[in-house]
Amino acid sequence: MIGKSVTSRKILLLAPLLLFLGLAYVVPFLGVVRWSFTMPEVGLGQYRALMTDPLVQSVFIRTLRICLIVTAAVLVTAYAIAYVWVRGSSVQRMLAEFCILVPFWISVLTRAFGWLAMLSNRGLINTWLQSAGIISEPLALARNELGVIIGMTHFLIPFAVFPIASAMRSIDERVLLAARGMGASRTRIFWTVFVPLTYGGLIGAALIVFVFALGFFVTPAILGGGRSVMVAELVYLRIFQSPDWGLGAAISVVLVVFIGILLALMRRFIKPAHMIG
Amino acid sequence: MNSSRPGPVILIVATAVALFLLMPLIAVIPVSFTPARFLSMPSGNLSLRHYQALMDNPAWGQSILLSLRIGILSSAIATALATMFGLGIWMFQPRFSALLIGFVLLPLVVPPVVSAMTLYFLMTTLSSFNSWIGYDTWLGVALAHAVMITPFAVVLILVALYQVDRRIDLAARGLGANLATRAFRIIIPNIKFGIATAALLSFVLSWEEIGVTLFITSVNAITLPRLMWMGLRDNIDPAIAAISVLLIVITAVILAFRIFIDRRRTTDPQ
Repeated sequence: MIGKSVTSRKILLLAPLLLFLGLAYVVPFLGVVRWSFTMPEVGLGQYRALMTDPLVQSVFIRTLRICLIVTAAVLVTAYAIAYVWVRGSSVQRMLAEFCILVPFWISVLTRAFGWLAMLSNRGLINTWLQSAGIISEPLALARNELGVIIGMTHFLIPFAVFPIASAMRSIDERVLLAARGMGASRTRIFWTVFVPLTYGGLIGAALIVFVFALGFFVTPAILGGGRSVMVAELVYLRIFQSPDWGLGAAISVVLVVFIGILLALMRRFIKPAHMIG
Repeated sequence: MNSSRPGPVILIVATAVALFLLMPLIAVIPVSFTPARFLSMPSGNLSLRHYQALMDNPAWGQSILLSLRIGILSSAIATALATMFGLGIWMFQPRFSALLIGFVLLPLVVPPVVSAMTLYFLMTTLSSFNSWIGYDTWLGVALAHAVMITPFAVVLILVALYQVDRRIDLAARGLGANLATRAFRIIIPNIKFGIATAALLSFVLSWEEIGVTLFITSVNAITLPRLMWMGLRDNIDPAIAAISVLLIVITAVILAFRIFIDRRRTTDPQ
């Protein structure tokens, strides 16, 4: 009797969210999977198109290339600012935290627009360089792949800082003191003791950044100016411009399978709590 | 201790990164005062015309009100569902906790564009049954946002719950408190800060959501980010700069205040 009522109360608390996401997320996703096999006709036609269409393939290759470059750029930059955030003086820590959190809380749209204001032909950089007489024609900084890489790196730095900083905070201070006591230089301590102790955080950060970058949509759409289309924007274009829902759905399914495999392989490095700091 | 303070090399790199992080947010400010009708740096004279445009064009005010309404509703749904779920996990520690948590975090790890596609499917399906909740309706957008933001709320609430001392709950239980008393009088008061943070983050995430919103709205449910998107794609409207400056200033002031308070609280012995 008692056991039964505990079970029913447990269900009462857990069921609403599970039911909500089941009905509003999982079931519709199965609908998308069905689209990929039935639109415009039943069969594997869309997946065959994915394998053979040179346009789709070039988009996939560009997406992978951009994601790898962005992941590398984010890890280096995030590491530097995370270090100051964790180990700096009190004022340095406060400034670092401000510089990390302000962009994090500002919408992706505003940030992409900020980069347009920086990089476009009449933007800050080109205006300054031209008025200083360094260049006569504006540099092509936005509306191309460079702009996309800059904008995405900027967007993703905070997401990498959180897991890296969390790994840095859990380092035992005595290990560093021991290295120092045995006469290691600062540089040596940093590269042979400190950095290896944060590999876990670095791998977690790399994974988060790579997965996020793969499905990125807003920043490439604005800063790429339609010239450097990534996979996510391709899905959008297939649905809303050249109505081809089947192909959009098939790309979605491939993305989910790919990320599922990636996450399964890297499962032990993922700590969801670290993602929002 | 001094050995582990950042050295000059890392300080220089970190300063460059900090500038990189803030630069685009600062660049928006001069652009918002340009007298020209296109995105450009003002040369000489400044103008407030783009701020005036925000006031004159009722579309901005309407979209702000709509975004507020959607943000409040979706944040309330997400926070309520996440709190119940977190309590269930914490109080009963069910056998498949990890699996259940993994399941509710799905919308967080699935690429946003796939979630957008999925919710587009949901909204078009719902629209064939009713005209209230579905494609291009405000309730539809609130529902879709709730799906997207719930995982964040769950993470924050679970983090808060793991810091609660189980013994106070055991004590309450030993003294004969029933489930509702334990939940409302013991556990929830102990995680109220976590719940408030979850509600705030949920609201902000809904307020600025664009990826999914783009897929499930067209002409009726124009949220603020949707309106900004329309002004960003082809001819860039400098009114976007004006609204961006307002959003950036509000965010920066709130955060600076919070960081300052946090630091005072942690450095003061009191």
